[in-house]
Amino acid sequence: MSSIKIRTKRIDGKIQIRTLISHPMEHGRNRNKETNALIPAHFIKLLTVTHNDQVIVTADLSTSISKDPYFAFMLKSGHAGDKITISWIDDLGNRDSETHVVK
Amino acid sequence: MPCTRRTFLQHALTVMAYSYGLFARPSAHAAPDIAKPAFSLLEQTLKELFNGSKIIETDKIDIQVPMIAENGAVVPITVSSSLNNVRKVYILVEKNPQPLSARFALAPELETIVSARLKMAETSDVIVVAETHDGLYSAKAGVKVTIGGCGG
Repeated sequence: MSSIKIRTKRIDGKIQIRTLISHPMEHGRNRNKETNALIPAHFIKLLTVTHNDQVIVTADLSTSISKDPYFAFMLKSGHAGDKITISWIDDLGNRDSETHVVK
Repeated sequence: MPCTRRTFLQHALTVMAYSYGLFARPSAHAAPDIAKPAFSLLEQTLKELFNGSKIIETDKIDIQVPMIAENGAVVPITVSSSLNNVRKVYILVEKNPQPLSARFALAPELETIVSARLKMAETSDVIVVAETHDGLYSAKAGVKVTIGGCGG
C-alpha cells in the first residue's frame, strides 16, 4: 500500500490539495526505550507535487516536521480530471509516489 | 605561634575567602559568554540561507498556529500571505536544534497558502520568511508548548 494519501477538493474553481504521508520522521536524537540506543535519523528530505506533469511544489523538509507529515496547498485553478502526483525521497534513499485524479 | 582555636578559624576563613575569590572571579567573567553565545542557532541558519540579505518584517504574512500546543510533536501551522509573487516559503522554529523545518518552492499556479505540522522542542517563536521577486519578508508567532515535544 502506498504511504501517500491524497485528497482534493474543488472550492470555487480552486483546488485544495491535502496529503498525509506515513513516515517515522526520526530526527536522530530519540532513544530506543528498551536498549537506550539512539534511533538513527530517518526523515523525508524532498517532497514534490506535480499538477498534470508540471511541478508546482518542491519542498525541502527537515527533521522538525512531525511524524506522518501532513501538508495542504491550494491551486489557483483546476478542473475535474486533473492529475495530481505527490512523491517523496527520504535520507535513506527510499522513495514513493502516488497519483490522484481530481473529481 | 600556638595554633589556638581562634587562630585556626581565622586562617581557615582567610584561605576560604582567597580561594572563593580566585574561583569566583574567572567564572563571573565567563558567565555572560556561556549565557549568550555569539550567534544563536536561528541567526546562524538565517545567515546561511540568505547570505545576510535584509529581511523586512511585514504584517502581510499570516501565521495560524495554536497559542498553546498541548503536544509539541504535532503543531499544526497554516501560512498565508497577501504578498505578490511569493516564490519560496521558509518555516523556522527558533529553539529547535534544527531551526529550519521546511522550505517550500511554490509555482505561480499556487495560492500562497501552505499547511504543515511541526515538531517543537520547547516554547518558542515560529518564524516564516517569504521570498518574493523584490526581497525577503518575515513574520513570527509564538507558540507555548506545555509538554515535552521532543518525542515522536
